[in-house]
Amino acid sequence: MFLNQFLLLAAILFCIGVYGVLARKNGVLVLMSIELILNAVNINLVAFGAYWNANDNTNVSGQVFALFVIAVAAAEVGVGLALVLLIYRNRQSIDIDDVDMLKG
Amino acid sequence: MFNMIDKVWIIPALMASSFLVILFFGKRWGTRATAGIGIAAVSICLMLSVIVAGNWISRVNHPPTGAALAADVVQANGLTPQTGENIAAEANAATHDSGETVAAGSTATMSESEHTEASASEHGAEHESVPPVVRTVTWFQIGGIEFEMGTLVDGLAAMMLITVCIISLLVHIYSTEYLHGDVRFTHYYAFLSLFTASMLFYVLSSNTLQMLVGWELVGVCSFGLIGHWWEEKKNTDAALKAFLTNRVGDIGLILGVIITFFAAGGTSFNVLHINEYALSQSANTTLLLVGALCLFGGVTSKSGQFPLHTWLPDAMAGPTPVSALIHAATMVVAGVYLIARLYPVFFSGLAIGSSTFHYVAFIGGFTTIIGGLLAFVQTDLKKVLAYSTISQLGYMVMALGVGAWTAGVFHLFTHAFFKACLFLGAGSVSHACHHTFDMREMGGLRKKMPITHATFLIATLALAGIFPLAGFWSKDEILAGSASGQDNAYTIMLIFGLITAFLTAAYMGRAYWMTFWGDYRGHAKPHESPKVITVPLMVLAGCAVVLGFTNFPKSFFGFKLPGSLTTRFEHFVEPTFAFPPIQHAAFTPWLAVASTILAAGGLFVAYQYYEKNRGPHGLTSRNKVALAGYTFLENKYYLDDLYTGVVAGSTKGPIARAANWFNQNILDGIINGIGLGARKIAAVVYVVADQLIIDGAVNGSGQGSEGAGQLLRKIQTGKVQQYASILFAGAVVLAGVLVFVV
Repeated sequence: MFLNQFLLLAAILFCIGVYGVLARKNGVLVLMSIELILNAVNINLVAFGAYWNANDNTNVSGQVFALFVIAVAAAEVGVGLALVLLIYRNRQSIDIDDVDMLKG
Repeated sequence: MFNMIDKVWIIPALMASSFLVILFFGKRWGTRATAGIGIAAVSICLMLSVIVAGNWISRVNHPPTGAALAADVVQANGLTPQTGENIAAEANAATHDSGETVAAGSTATMSESEHTEASASEHGAEHESVPPVVRTVTWFQIGGIEFEMGTLVDGLAAMMLITVCIISLLVHIYSTEYLHGDVRFTHYYAFLSLFTASMLFYVLSSNTLQMLVGWELVGVCSFGLIGHWWEEKKNTDAALKAFLTNRVGDIGLILGVIITFFAAGGTSFNVLHINEYALSQSANTTLLLVGALCLFGGVTSKSGQFPLHTWLPDAMAGPTPVSALIHAATMVVAGVYLIARLYPVFFSGLAIGSSTFHYVAFIGGFTTIIGGLLAFVQTDLKKVLAYSTISQLGYMVMALGVGAWTAGVFHLFTHAFFKACLFLGAGSVSHACHHTFDMREMGGLRKKMPITHATFLIATLALAGIFPLAGFWSKDEILAGSASGQDNAYTIMLIFGLITAFLTAAYMGRAYWMTFWGDYRGHAKPHESPKVITVPLMVLAGCAVVLGFTNFPKSFFGFKLPGSLTTRFEHFVEPTFAFPPIQHAAFTPWLAVASTILAAGGLFVAYQYYEKNRGPHGLTSRNKVALAGYTFLENKYYLDDLYTGVVAGSTKGPIARAANWFNQNILDGIINGIGLGARKIAAVVYVVADQLIIDGAVNGSGQGSEGAGQLLRKIQTGKVQQYASILFAGAVVLAGVLVFVV
């Protein structure tokens, strides 16, 4: 089994995600990009889990970790979408550059 | 009989569920259902507690043998499925599950086995070491230490169970009338249930950590109930005062728990473990001394000992049944119970019985005097009782301090009943007199409230220590203990005790005569309270009469009852396992006579001063003809009047005022002096250290950080994505460091 394809895929996903988070102005797209980052991590976890325990089908700790990440991500996106929704209600826009009231 | 002693956790759990049910459904189901749930739960608890006590008595009478002990342990594991979850925990539970295995002799400490052998050979079967029944489950595991929670039942715990349940039940019943129509009736009953649950949890705790939890829980309930009528500022202030004063002591308690934990090896909070350690030869007495002093800090606040007693009188702002339950009979004895439960720690740490450092005894003795004196200057009936409670708690602590364990705990037991009776009686009086507690607006109530009067009188006599009521026996045991302890080293405690015997009778006489005799001075129309109020009073008065006989001395003026009837309380309540060798003072006739004479003298003085001084004027102005004979009888006492007027007036009042003056001038003077001195020193320190050095440093750092802030605020744009970029850049740099450098 080759690990590097998975790692490459994960790295590409991660970079796309980081780009999205840093550069996109649309709040929903930022959230989606965060999902990409998390799923890149998931791919890594599963890949490493499968790689190190290739001969042992009973050890699925990597996969279990990925499940945890998915669960947490679901919760996170729930909170995030609620925030975006409230921002939209208040400003009729979800451009996160507009949200800079904490400016020092 | 059904063996309740293994499943004793049901009792607090039942009360806790009662609390939850009342909390969630009380409003919806109405006040009758609320009170009904509370009363039913406490009644069941009382029945179960009686069964527990019965189990314990049969255990003392037929101490389990080695084989039975082993079976007991196995059975216990079968019965507690929580421990059976994994084998390791179960094995652990089996060893910890009870002191019983320890008692069987396999891992007994040196002193313990000596103690067991000695007592077995001396007294034969009667005083065999009966280990408490401990049932535990694993609470949590941290740092390789397994923390357990569980129940510990011995005579002391069983006694407390019954006391708490009886008084709680009567208070529950009484409150249905006393708080009838109250806006927060449900809230009140929920708190009563929670309080009862916490107190039962506390007395059944098998380790000190759990005791801490119970201790804080009762504190919270006390806070909630003192501030029950929080619309008035003074009530919330009183609640806060009680809570905060207790926090001061709680720090001591927490430190004490931690210190004893580490002193005893840092492996277990188990009460038996700590007690065994404290009694072992290898015990570190310095650590135990510090631990015991810290624990005593907790006792000082919770049990109203000098100088942290000030919250207790203010706590009377709560509803009267609560004062009876919490601030007289049960919660305030939590501190006394703590000493009794961890007695070996205090015994070894403070070297009770073998040193000249009588810290506990002295604080107790001092508290008992100041509490008694302050009771004289109160016009509020409940406050008289509150100071009396402080005084009596001091008595108990003093007894424990002089090594008279049984006497102290016995006084705790008897005091709970007659003090609860007095408080509930005061509540009944106030219920009749437009909710006032001011004794100046009472008087002459004995005709109008015959049952309240009779029960109040019985309880007053019991508190004053008049033969043959309960207070007589417990008070005399304490006095005898102080007289005989450690080769007369406790003379000062004995004097404190005797003075208090006089004071108690005098101030209770004052309260009694001001309330129930003379003319009615208020504006309401007093009437006898309904049965819901009077029946609990009668029950408590009955207890105040008979309970003293539970510890009938072995020889009473030469009169001897059969052995199976004497010192039952001592026989069943006093621990025989992991307990220091304490002395048992025999009944001392001259002390009993002296204290009874003092008590009677106190009542007599109060009678002369407070009743006769005022009686004639009021009575003659009301009905001259009918009371002419009475007035004539009064005149016979004119000399006595003068005499007692002079004696009582010139000693008692001034003493009380002197105590007050001492408080105001000397104590405050010392404090003010210290304050002034501190201010002078502070002025110098202010100019040199504060202004020059510290302010310079502070201003410098302030300016520095302001400059830095001005620079950094440029970065804080409020744009999330810029922050994210910086975060990401930082992460990249860190990753680079990790990959390439490390």
